[in-house]
Amino acid sequence: MALQQLWFGVLAVLFLGFLILEGFDFGVGMLMEPLARVGSGDRELHRRAVLNTIGPVWDGNEVWLLTAGGAMFAAYPGMYATVFSSLYLPLLAILFGMIVRAVSIEWRGKIDDPKWRRWADLGIAAGSWLPAVLWGVAFAILVRGLPVDAKHQVHLGVTDVLNAYTLLGGVATCGLFLLYGAIFVALKTSGPVRDDALRVAVWLSLPVTALVAGFGLWTQLGYGKTWTWLVLAVAVVAQLAAVALVFSRTHEGWAFLCTALVITAVVVLLFGALYPNLVPSTLDPQWSLTIDNASSSHYTLTIMTWAAAIFAPLVIAYQGWTYWVFRQRISADRIPPSIGLVRRAP
Amino acid sequence: MNVVDVSRWQFGITTVYHFIFVPLTIGLAPLIAVMQTVWVVTDNVAWYRLTKFFGKLFLINFALGVATGIVQEFQFGMNWSEYSRFVGDVFGAPLAMEGLAAFFFESTFLGLWIFGWSRLPRLVHLACIWIVAFAVNLSAFFIIAANSFMQHPVGAHYNPKTGRAELTSIVALLTNNFARAAVSHAIAGSLLTGGTFIAAVCAWWMVRSHRGSGDDDARTMYRPATILGCLVALTAAVGLFFTGDAQGKLMFHQQPMKMASAESLCDTQTDPDFSILTVGRQNNCDSLTRVLEVPYVLPFLAEGRFHDVKLQGVRDIQRDYQHRFGAGDYRPNLFVTYWSFRAMIGFLLVPVLFALVALWVTRGSRVPDKRWFSWLALLTLPTPFLANSAGWVFTEMGRQPWVVVPNPTGDQQVRLTVTEGVSSHAPGMVVTSLVLFTLVYGVLAVIWFSLLKRYVVEGPQEHDAEPAPPTPPGADEVAPLSFAY
Repeated sequence: MALQQLWFGVLAVLFLGFLILEGFDFGVGMLMEPLARVGSGDRELHRRAVLNTIGPVWDGNEVWLLTAGGAMFAAYPGMYATVFSSLYLPLLAILFGMIVRAVSIEWRGKIDDPKWRRWADLGIAAGSWLPAVLWGVAFAILVRGLPVDAKHQVHLGVTDVLNAYTLLGGVATCGLFLLYGAIFVALKTSGPVRDDALRVAVWLSLPVTALVAGFGLWTQLGYGKTWTWLVLAVAVVAQLAAVALVFSRTHEGWAFLCTALVITAVVVLLFGALYPNLVPSTLDPQWSLTIDNASSSHYTLTIMTWAAAIFAPLVIAYQGWTYWVFRQRISADRIPPSIGLVRRAP
Repeated sequence: MNVVDVSRWQFGITTVYHFIFVPLTIGLAPLIAVMQTVWVVTDNVAWYRLTKFFGKLFLINFALGVATGIVQEFQFGMNWSEYSRFVGDVFGAPLAMEGLAAFFFESTFLGLWIFGWSRLPRLVHLACIWIVAFAVNLSAFFIIAANSFMQHPVGAHYNPKTGRAELTSIVALLTNNFARAAVSHAIAGSLLTGGTFIAAVCAWWMVRSHRGSGDDDARTMYRPATILGCLVALTAAVGLFFTGDAQGKLMFHQQPMKMASAESLCDTQTDPDFSILTVGRQNNCDSLTRVLEVPYVLPFLAEGRFHDVKLQGVRDIQRDYQHRFGAGDYRPNLFVTYWSFRAMIGFLLVPVLFALVALWVTRGSRVPDKRWFSWLALLTLPTPFLANSAGWVFTEMGRQPWVVVPNPTGDQQVRLTVTEGVSSHAPGMVVTSLVLFTLVYGVLAVIWFSLLKRYVVEGPQEHDAEPAPPTPPGADEVAPLSFAY
């Protein structure tokens, strides 16, 4: 059924939107502390400058994940049920991270006290590192497959979740988001913060290239299709272009676009490798969840297609507008003093 | 403990926590929008200060609403996978729409509102908070429409080939008569929460300010806001009464076991009395004593008549269900169902009383300065939250053991019990997540409370006394931020 194929693409687009937008949110969160230490100048002002690059947008970016999850539930309930129940513990860790990140970002500035901020920074870091690594692991697990039986139940072992391929996936996405985040900070700031971000991006460039190339190649050789060779090529070219631009220390806007293209290519590679399966079975290919056997009815997919066709362009339009409204660069010296309440003695 | 019980505890705890913060979000957002509108229209700076003051409290609360909400999107798949398989074709759609239509709207425009004070033209900035207010209510509509399918499945039939419920009409699903009553009831409850919050906080400040600083804030700022909060709370209470009545009447037909339990009605009876107090040695029908009861009320609640109303009792429904659906215990927890129903109604009376008292003591141009009034305000503050929790506990515990309640006038095969719906995890793993969520949410709730308390006590802040001048567009690349993290 055409709609079952279409929604595979829609799901891929929703997860892509999530990773393109939250990718730099995670990167920024991971780099908040390192960037403050790498440079000279007031660390707290540097931290706040970095955090405020995603200030107006991080919450809207996160919604892409919720919508991707909801769309999976609506379009492929079999996949939703199988994936989320079998990857219970990794998802639990991701959820923990996202919970503490949300409150840490919003509550950080509410009390003007170094110890309070320390805890918030810990929350932002945990809430950025955990998802950055674990989403890579999760997608790698999916592509590799799970021990799905004939009744679509999964009997999970540790090696299904943690093995060389999935760990490489986690490290690769983490590295990619670090680089992406550094470039984003360079794009959204000026002065010393921007210089520090570019320096960090330079340091990250070559290791991240190796990791992404390694994970990309392994995915292609192990699970890819013929046409996904082209996607891998795009990823490699875009990555090399990004590295070159980063080394030039200018045109960070183009470097950002190139890195975004790398993320896009990796997501397309992963979903391309997966298609037409949704959860490949490592026990017997006949038992895999596919777009045919795990999808909703034609009626539901039709309704959802209309909903997506109406709302997705709207969302992209007004979210895009937000980035335009807040396009100006931030510098550490223009961060106003904290408006948090002073901590009273207990 | 078995996996069904642990999973139920986890879903109950995470959802009750989520619904502590969410009604305040849904109720405060439109009221803040009103405050900002009054400022924009009248240029009275008191309303600007109120907007910023309650805006700050709103944001402290919103963060935890979001954080606890993320879990909900995933928990169906994580802990209720078989339920997800059974209803996904129906239930997934409103959830996905909630994300597409409501969550994106509210999160994006809230970011614009927080950071755009000096950056956006006044009317555009005002529109942002109105959009947030609309979007959070739209979110309530979708999720309650989804929950209403669990309570009263419509718009779907059972497909024996796929062994699941399948959607036949999205319109029927979204216009479910139960959903219409439940959505209005939840929104009214949220407005009660928001209105009471504003009224109680401003009443407390009105007394403090009048007794203390000698400035005019009590008269010009806190008094009008208290009156606004009280009027909203009273209107919401009337709404709650009527929507609650509508829901009750539907539930007597659609979920007779829930209502029989809520009334401790063990045996079918014509024109039974309404129980004011029932006690029992054990939590079942065998040991109940109806201590205090009144006639006429229950038939009226159930069908709007005083005579000739036959209501089924727990024992009779249980026998009937065993006959229709097979062996099993179809009785919800009697004690919890009975008392949560009454607690919900009881807690509603407190903000109503407070609002009436507050409107009385501020009549004419009076500005109260009595301590007892400010204590009354503080005691009233938590009660809408308690009512909200009691209401959800009632409606969800009352539908047990069903997770999709059979619709008496619909496809009887669209039904599922909690045991059939749960993911078959090792109980230990779910205990781990239960403990983790309970601890994390507990710690965060304590911080939430302490932050709100500090900010309420601090009052409207100095730097929010006057609106900041707008930043000229296209100014130098490095612009100052209006509200930095």
